[in-house]
Amino acid sequence: MRSMTILAPEGMLGYGIPARSLEEGLKRDPAALAVDAGSTDPGPYYLGAGVPFTNRRAVKRDLTMMLEAAVERRIPALVGSAGGSGGRPHLEWMLDVYREIARERKWRLRTAAIPADVDPAWLKARIADGKVRPLDLTTPLTADEVDRSVRIVAQMGLAPLVRALELDVDVVIAGRACDAAVIGAVPIRAGFDPALVIHMGKILECGGAAAYPRHGSDSLLGTVDDESFTVEPPNPDKVCTVASVAAHSLYERADPYVLHLPEGAIDLRRTRFEQATPRAVRVTGTRFVAAERCTLKLEGVRRVGARTITVAGVRDPILVSQLDPWLANVRERVEDVYGTAGYRLLFHVYGRNGVMGPLEPLKQTQAHELGVVIEVVADDAESSAAILALARSAALHATYPGRKAIAGNLAFPFSPSDLRAGEVYEFNVHHLVEVDDPLELFPIKVFET
Amino acid sequence: MSTRTIGDLAAFVTSKNAGPFLLTLDVVFPDEPTYRAFKALRVLDPVVIAGLYGIAADDVLKVVEFDPAYAIKVTIRRPLGSGAVGETDVYGAQQHVPLMQLAVPWPSK
Repeated sequence: MRSMTILAPEGMLGYGIPARSLEEGLKRDPAALAVDAGSTDPGPYYLGAGVPFTNRRAVKRDLTMMLEAAVERRIPALVGSAGGSGGRPHLEWMLDVYREIARERKWRLRTAAIPADVDPAWLKARIADGKVRPLDLTTPLTADEVDRSVRIVAQMGLAPLVRALELDVDVVIAGRACDAAVIGAVPIRAGFDPALVIHMGKILECGGAAAYPRHGSDSLLGTVDDESFTVEPPNPDKVCTVASVAAHSLYERADPYVLHLPEGAIDLRRTRFEQATPRAVRVTGTRFVAAERCTLKLEGVRRVGARTITVAGVRDPILVSQLDPWLANVRERVEDVYGTAGYRLLFHVYGRNGVMGPLEPLKQTQAHELGVVIEVVADDAESSAAILALARSAALHATYPGRKAIAGNLAFPFSPSDLRAGEVYEFNVHHLVEVDDPLELFPIKVFET
Repeated sequence: MSTRTIGDLAAFVTSKNAGPFLLTLDVVFPDEPTYRAFKALRVLDPVVIAGLYGIAADDVLKVVEFDPAYAIKVTIRRPLGSGAVGETDVYGAQQHVPLMQLAVPWPSK
């Protein structure tokens, strides 16, 4: 029976490919190297600001290792969700790193770049046609909200990646993409069962995360045949167990039984996981249900303002016991000068509910000291810095009943105390759009390095 | 009958974003007998989860048993979209404790 092996060198490009794992993995003669480079997990800033959340030097190291292996073996290398958020500036950033590597090594590589940006005018027309619906949200997307967005990307499915491979390229660097599609594109093109390939891709996209012990960035091998797929860590110190692989189906997903891609969904209700060898797990029974209409997931952010913060601590038990009235007093002093509109003033109180906020069930702190992060978000950076400066000085000096420590209320670990934290964005687009063609929105650009 | 916390019984109790607007909590048990015994208690439902986190039961979207991993998954709506102003945990990775500390009736050894 035919089979095909894919090597995912790590779960996130730039988190550090272990050299030994890559070396061991390559001994298994993979047909392609594929890696996911993106996520929305680090929050809305990166999509909005157009910057990566990974470090350039670290990404260059990992991409170099991956390309060296691919070039030497003449197998394709695929990178998805380039630059983290997979928008135009993120893709350009990744291509810049890529071209630099190719130039240094004098490699002539035929390359496909696939942008994933959504044209606002196109999206507004889809909204008008009733082709856009919310995902995990209750608010429908409006044309106004599209106009307020700084950047919107769509997650590509298998079709654009497979089409790029058909153009006979050595390397594919894709903007925002479904991680399972990036890993699965080569076996899908070779005609393997989409249910098995997508499921395998979903496990491999996190690299060694589906193996125990689960620490550090690491690689994972997946081998698909006509009846099953098998996953195994190339790192000889790790193992895949039924528990480690099955538990990975839970990761970062609301429903462990169903996973949607633009072209269809896999269904895990009849999936069986078996220990094939002491280090490998074999998976069978996953089904694929083709979508009636191709549906793309959209991600977008809008700008909210600019942020300044200060970090301080309170040790005085008299103040700890009456923190809320004191914070209210600080807020009043700020409002006396700046009014109540045009900015947000927030107090993050660590040692009380700084981590869980409204979800925190413990209402009374037991801590002998509290961390207080004061945050101001205003329309522009200067306003946010000015309002934060007033909040900080008011907090330092505002009195409270029974006060003994009249020289100051806060301990600051840093000078300067006020830190400009840059632009603030929030997710405002998390919707699905129906398209007629899965290649729509993803123009493939082929070039030689 | 004594009680044990979910943290005592489970191999893992985790929280994490499932996209920017949902938070998903996973309880993974170490073996099938513990998982089956826990499932039989039927202690996790939207009302209990809502009580643990001080949210409306409507905001508890799913409580799903996943037999292949000996796991129970709970998905709730985030109070805010990830990283919106007022955020406390962008990745949602430290929201598991109320679930981990839930005490359930459990036979003493």
